[in-house]
Amino acid sequence: MSDTHAQTVAYVRETMLPELEPPATERGVIKWMRENLFAGWFNSILTIFAAYVIYKIVVGALPWFANGIWTTDSLAECREILQGATGGCFSVLTERWNQLLFGFKYPDDQYWRPTLAFVVMLVSIAPVLFSHLPRKMLILTGLFPFVAFWLIWGGTILAPLVALLGFVAAYIAFKKVEHQSFAMGLLAGLITAIVVWFVGGFVSGAASNVLALEPVASRDMGGFMLNMILGTVCVSLSLPIGICLALGRQSDMPIIKWICVVFIEFIRGVPLITLLFVANVVLAYFLPPGTNFDLIVRVIIMITAFSSAYIAEVIRGGLAALPRGQYEAADSLGLDYAQATRLIIMPQALKISIPGIVNVAVGLFKDTTLVSVISMFDLVGMIRGPILASTEWNGVYWELWGFAVFVFFIVCYGISQYSQWLERQLQTDHR
Amino acid sequence: MAEAAQNLHISDEVAIQIDNMNKWYGTFHVLRDINLTVHRGERIVIAGPSGSGKSTLIRCINALEEHQKGSITVDGTLLSSDLKNIDKIRSEVGMVFQHFNLFPHLTILENCTLAPIWVRKTPKKEAEEIAMHFLEKVKIPEQADKYPGQLSGGQQQRVAIARSLCMRPRIMLFDEPTSALDPEMIKEVLDTMVSLAEEGMTMLCVTHEMGFARQVANRVIFMDAGQIVEQNEPEEFFNNPQNERTKLFLSQILGH
Repeated sequence: MSDTHAQTVAYVRETMLPELEPPATERGVIKWMRENLFAGWFNSILTIFAAYVIYKIVVGALPWFANGIWTTDSLAECREILQGATGGCFSVLTERWNQLLFGFKYPDDQYWRPTLAFVVMLVSIAPVLFSHLPRKMLILTGLFPFVAFWLIWGGTILAPLVALLGFVAAYIAFKKVEHQSFAMGLLAGLITAIVVWFVGGFVSGAASNVLALEPVASRDMGGFMLNMILGTVCVSLSLPIGICLALGRQSDMPIIKWICVVFIEFIRGVPLITLLFVANVVLAYFLPPGTNFDLIVRVIIMITAFSSAYIAEVIRGGLAALPRGQYEAADSLGLDYAQATRLIIMPQALKISIPGIVNVAVGLFKDTTLVSVISMFDLVGMIRGPILASTEWNGVYWELWGFAVFVFFIVCYGISQYSQWLERQLQTDHR
Repeated sequence: MAEAAQNLHISDEVAIQIDNMNKWYGTFHVLRDINLTVHRGERIVIAGPSGSGKSTLIRCINALEEHQKGSITVDGTLLSSDLKNIDKIRSEVGMVFQHFNLFPHLTILENCTLAPIWVRKTPKKEAEEIAMHFLEKVKIPEQADKYPGQLSGGQQQRVAIARSLCMRPRIMLFDEPTSALDPEMIKEVLDTMVSLAEEGMTMLCVTHEMGFARQVANRVIFMDAGQIVEQNEPEEFFNNPQNERTKLFLSQILGH
């Protein structure tokens, strides 16, 4: 009040004040350290304590890495060289490198095939992950599953080619009939695909030497390669299935809705490990005798079912977060259900769901190690089984498990970093 | 006078015909025996207290709400549960919402071209030209590449109007288009609507802007408790209301 008394009530500013720099204590490194490390005595104690802990860890771990031995053939040799000094015996990694990556039954001279498949994978998922890459590269993405199958499992190239042809023919048939009705299109596509696969099956069966690579059976797959196969296949299958389930659960058609609800709730109520045991043992009882249903396929089905139920719930959350007005605006412009879902609803719902979806995907990738329980030799299975059980390497725990931790961490951290980058890219509301 | 000139747009052709329309939300009777004929070129303002069913009425016209009894005919197409009819009517009838409902993940231009491209199958280039034409008309062509979140409320609502116009609708519905706006932005939206009216667009407008009603409407409809209580030309409606409910409403809304 006193201020207003000091001057007259009417007041007109004649010169505007210029912008000034903040005082020195509010700038640069000193400010940052004062605010973040030494704000108050309690904060300072915590900072010093944390620095001490970090120092202890570094000092303790450094010699273990520095004295690490990379070239011996067994743990006993390592111990001989070290003579009781601290040091890791990393030679288990170099000596069993191929086993860790490919399992112990994949033919030695064929390692280049999964390696090549891995490189092709990196190239072909790039256009999916980064939208500014040329859209033509998506063709490569579409071809990748077939190429990868041929490279990893081997056999004639005709088998994946026939599979690919079936999909292409189905798509063409669908497009031709689609204008009649969507359901008719699906049916036509399905029939076409089955015919092509049936006929093509005979052809590729008869000519099994055309461009054939040495066939490798599913039970010979192992190592980190198995984790990668399960991870990529299951993630890429469970996302579209999850979207369908989430939409189905919101459907007005009661039968579709209830199928989706029952599926999701059932799968969510069952531990993954039980599903894997079912895949391993029980599923065989339900199949006609003599059918040889590949174990990897069974495991893929179970993991996919599991994660798609979770992804469906995550996406349902995203759908629920969209304001009703978005649906109404799409409707009022005359967009039909498929267009509104594809162009308006899903892009926004998926954007909201990214953190949740990535959470499920990372969890799924790590859960692929559970297959070691049903005697498949993935990375964890290899370490637990053949490597630790061997006489040479019995007792090398830290180095092996540390390696497993490192590999999984790299992949999962990469996924999480990508998702955060993607979220920033898609942010359009507060720019 | 400008008003007389505007009324030249009104033709004998019927744009919307509503007969004995009834609607319930569960057991709540929202709309009761609505009869309404809208001629092409008419500009109708629907007023009434909140909860009187005004919004529900215009949302029934493009089937955002389903009515249970009676019939609605839009541009000669009977509104039934047939999805083909509904989509046809929706592509002929533009709608502007209270909360704009722009698509936040698309740019302004994409918001405007989406429906023409996918529903009308207009080539992208042409759709963009149409969009720019209407964005110029609502006076924000320079914002075409921004996202809705970067625009002010008034600008967003003008984009929403442009988005509807890009479908070349024959009828425009406005559901309280200025109610969510700051006072200084109401005018820019109303100006856009006035110029639209001057071009002869058939308009149904739920609004509390009585000045707009006086200036533009050729008919004001007053609703209460799900019924049309009174309708008249604006001059008569405001100066000489007949129904008690109308008098009370007008005294409350114009009293201060």
